[in-house]
Amino acid sequence: MSKGRFGIHGGQYMPETLMNAVIELEAAYETYKNNAEFNAELDALFQDYAGRPSRLYYAGRVTEDLGGAKVYLKREDLNHTGAHKINNVLGQALLAKKMGKTRLIAETGAGQHGVATATAAALFGMECVVFMGEEDTRRQALNVYKMRLLGAEVVPVRTGTATLKDAVSEAMREWTSRVSDTHYCLGSVMGPHPFPTIVRDFQAVISREIKAQLMEKEGRLPDVVTACVGGGSNAIGAFYHFIDCPSVRLIGCEAAGRGVHTPDTAATIATGRLGIFHGMKSYFCQDDYGQIAPVYSISAGLDYPGIGPEHAHLYDTGRAEYVPVTDGEAVDAFEYLSRKEGIIPALESAHALAHALKLAPEMGREQIIVVNLSGRGDKDCAAVARYRGEALSE
Amino acid sequence: MSRIYEAFAHGKAFIPFITCGDPDLYTTAEAVRAMSEAGADLIELGIPFSDPTAEGPVIQAANVRALSGGATTDKIFDMARELRQSVSVPMVFMTYANVVFSYGTERFASRAAEIGMDGLILPDVPFEEKAEFVSDKLDLISLIAPTSGERIAAIAREARGFVYCVSSLGVTGIRGAITTDIAGMVSRVRAANAAIPCAVGFGISAPEQAAAIAQDADGVIVGSAIVKRMERYGRGAVPYVREYVAEMKAALRQ
Repeated sequence: MSKGRFGIHGGQYMPETLMNAVIELEAAYETYKNNAEFNAELDALFQDYAGRPSRLYYAGRVTEDLGGAKVYLKREDLNHTGAHKINNVLGQALLAKKMGKTRLIAETGAGQHGVATATAAALFGMECVVFMGEEDTRRQALNVYKMRLLGAEVVPVRTGTATLKDAVSEAMREWTSRVSDTHYCLGSVMGPHPFPTIVRDFQAVISREIKAQLMEKEGRLPDVVTACVGGGSNAIGAFYHFIDCPSVRLIGCEAAGRGVHTPDTAATIATGRLGIFHGMKSYFCQDDYGQIAPVYSISAGLDYPGIGPEHAHLYDTGRAEYVPVTDGEAVDAFEYLSRKEGIIPALESAHALAHALKLAPEMGREQIIVVNLSGRGDKDCAAVARYRGEALSE
Repeated sequence: MSRIYEAFAHGKAFIPFITCGDPDLYTTAEAVRAMSEAGADLIELGIPFSDPTAEGPVIQAANVRALSGGATTDKIFDMARELRQSVSVPMVFMTYANVVFSYGTERFASRAAEIGMDGLILPDVPFEEKAEFVSDKLDLISLIAPTSGERIAAIAREARGFVYCVSSLGVTGIRGAITTDIAGMVSRVRAANAAIPCAVGFGISAPEQAAAIAQDADGVIVGSAIVKRMERYGRGAVPYVREYVAEMKAALRQ
């Protein structure tokens, strides 16, 4: 079996043109991951630039309303650029700089990873090109503006379904054409080894903080940690330091779109099967002949036909559970949290919240759910307004 | 040893690629017959994939046309089986890992071998991952790229059929000039494995370009220039494809 495996998943299914680039990346990461100077630099960026540690907030009004488990929100939405994406991007940009790269390319769905990458490129004085499905550039016009404002070039991708998977394909194509000065700053725990490991390690700060913060507030571990899953970077970040704590239930919430029994879904675990795509073996939504399915979710960040290989493995072993959450449930949760706590969550994060809303009332008052609030929802207001039949121009 | 060696037994080999089912499988079969008659030494049959990450815009579009036209792996096997009645040049499939994996790697290789296919090219399966796709029934063709450097020796030593030398960085598609040191790549292959033929692909379209590259290699592979003719002339493309293949083969004979 090749390198970078999580059980049977993972691997390096990449064109030969990129193999030396991923091998070089792996070697650089091995060099720097335990390097004190590198980690001190990254910690300083996390604190002074990104605003870490992010808060662990006890959602008292939500808890009271649901009448069950205590609900805590891990406020990744309060990070600089408004989502967990910055954790990974600062790590990768710093690594790329150490490797002598001068140009970052990235894919983006909702635009959060693109904005984070454009931000890091501005900070490090690097060139930046972001690939974004044309459909998503329409859904997330404000983020396109932000990326350009930050000095990045945004390339609308018109192939396929013109969404996240096509943006990933196009970024990979771009990387094969210009590899020597360019680092592909992949935004999720997916793609070929070493990306799933690198991205997970940079996002693991989320669960490290949750563990310490909850220990301080409650003196114990949570009963449930829940997070939304597209590729799965915020979820693996929220799960990672709890994987070896068997009493903690880990629940990933997939985008069911209009429902797992309709073709308009992006719920990979619920509807996909084992395959090989975008550099990795994992579960993918696909037809009988292995053609990747055109998936759908109201949330551009979860609109992806696959799931990271470590999640696929956590599913296989039963260590984590994966549940589908529909557009409607996510929108309800988006509005609910806005009214109950004065916090507008990203539509992606609203999927995790929606599941917590179902779960908390069935749990005891002494129990604790942590919801990873992976991003803020400003970017989604127009989409939710449209969903509710309101014509809102940004 | 497969029949692929025969392709390199008559001077420099001309290897055309076509996406099966673009615009329909009947036209593909006619085009393959015409290419074989016009002097193609080995033919690559592309099984379309929804998300072909190694392809440029021309072949991406052909994949979309083929899939929307209803081409499937099974229908392409049927077409290839029928083609084998009249076409004797070596033929290989070119597709992506998931198409083969989804079909069942062993089942795919058995079926392809049974209908007389000679090899398989998977641009998203590098040396490190080839074990699960290797079969004694079908040659898995190895690729090397301008970035391969010291990897070439190990790849060449285990290569079967021929080595596919990717001429340039980036994806498939017509290029005005190829600046890679092809002779250097080929000599690294030969140093590790003197018996394996080297064919160069990516970016080649003009006869004089092909002739120049063939100075340093055993064959040239052309995809986008043929697929472009399929795109432009659709069901009427066969005579244009025939003429183009004849012209390219003539350039390689000089």
